Amino acid sequence: MAADRRQTKSKYTADRMIPGAFDGETVTRRRFMTLSAHGAGAIAASAFLLPAVGFAVGPIFEEHKLSWQDVGAENEFPDDTYVPKTITIVDAIGEAGKSTVYVRKRNAQVDTDKLPKSFEYEQYVAISTRCMHLGCPVRYVDAAQRFICPCHGGVYDFQGKVSGGPPVRPLDRFYTRTRNGRVQIGPRYSVNQELERFSPRDPGEALDGVGQYLYPSRPSVRKLSHGEP
Amino acid sequence: MPKLKLPKPPVPPLPKALSPRPRRPGGGPPETPLDTAKEAGTAIVGWVDERTSLSGPARWLMFRKVPRGTNWFYTLGSATMFAFLNQAVTGVFLAMYYDPSPTHAYESARFITNEAFLGEFVRGMHKWGSSVMVILVFLHMARTFFFGAYKYPRELNWIIGVVLLILTMTMSFTGYLLPFDQRSYWATIVGVNINGTGPLVGPYLSDFLRAGPEFGATTLSRFYAIHMLLVPGALAALIGAHLYLVTKLGTTAPPWLKAETDSELREEVA
Repeated sequence: MAADRRQTKSKYTADRMIPGAFDGETVTRRRFMTLSAHGAGAIAASAFLLPAVGFAVGPIFEEHKLSWQDVGAENEFPDDTYVPKTITIVDAIGEAGKSTVYVRKRNAQVDTDKLPKSFEYEQYVAISTRCMHLGCPVRYVDAAQRFICPCHGGVYDFQGKVSGGPPVRPLDRFYTRTRNGRVQIGPRYSVNQELERFSPRDPGEALDGVGQYLYPSRPSVRKLSHGEP
Repeated sequence: MPKLKLPKPPVPPLPKALSPRPRRPGGGPPETPLDTAKEAGTAIVGWVDERTSLSGPARWLMFRKVPRGTNWFYTLGSATMFAFLNQAVTGVFLAMYYDPSPTHAYESARFITNEAFLGEFVRGMHKWGSSVMVILVFLHMARTFFFGAYKYPRELNWIIGVVLLILTMTMSFTGYLLPFDQRSYWATIVGVNINGTGPLVGPYLSDFLRAGPEFGATTLSRFYAIHMLLVPGALAALIGAHLYLVTKLGTTAPPWLKAETDSELREEVA
């Protein structure tokens, strides 16, 4: 074996004829000094680097409280067209934190997707205006019964499924619920082409096939689960 | 009372700088204050140089031999550096008025353009200068490529240049949001989402840029910090390294010049 052919060196510096070696010493004092100086430097640098990086990266892992926002009375929303409503996505940043959401009543003939457990009584569909290509704001064109994006020509059908252009998945939706005759909008969720619900993803991130594994969900934002609404 | 006659106290000696100069050797006229003023520059430089020995490195940096055939294309790098200096200086002064909060950013940018003295000019220099810089970076890169100036031993300088290009693009991307009008807001949404389409790391990258899952209260200040602190520091440091390597390695001759054969060597053969 190659290792055996090498001349074995003693681990003691005294045996290796290093000048000034102490009896029983295995690391020279010069080497020990170098290592400890480097180590102290590394500790000092990480003392400010690690907190700074953590400070910058922290928001990714921050939990966001889900809120339900009132958008109108139940009878405002027909089941054959959408009513645009303004909701607040981010507080305290003025107009930049607001977004439009398109709301309609569920239509048994169109909406054949199965509602998940504990959401069996969801009666309203709330569609996000965030285009699933790169996030521009889509608008609903009633004459065409399509959502159309002004930036790169994404087109979605009445249910928000992709019917043309570059978008990679249907338009995001929001959870809805009814309280005292008022419709309320909850957290965002994403859907794949079969309208299965996923936790919210960014635009451009496909959810069909291998896409759901290539674009992992956020550790801090989950899909609503049983019993939460 | 009779006046008391006191002996005059001795006059303290004049400091050396004020004492009259000795006559110049050779019997010329004595040094006048004008002569002293003329030599003030040299004296100051000499004073600094005696304590730092900086004149050697300065000469090494500035008085270089350049190959025959050096032409106007070789000024593109300096032009890029001047574009960067323009961005740095105008940016510092814009920062005196700019407020990176989502509710005040647009208003402060409007104030710079419409009300601050020379504000429109300085902002215009910064805005158009950014495009000029990107164009010059690419022209400089093309010059280096087509002249073969990236080859041994200058590969490392090419790599530093590519990093500088990426940092310049980062500056363009983060700076675009700062006016905080409709165009910059939506362009940033699209740009961040393009970052998000990278598989596996994309979602984390876009969340990092936005400081969360949505374009939020700190996104703008985050972009501002990247734009005026993080990237400019890295750019300045790497430009320093880039210039050091240019000085160290020298510039290349244009590719259409043939290497000269040593005339003495030819005589030996003949």
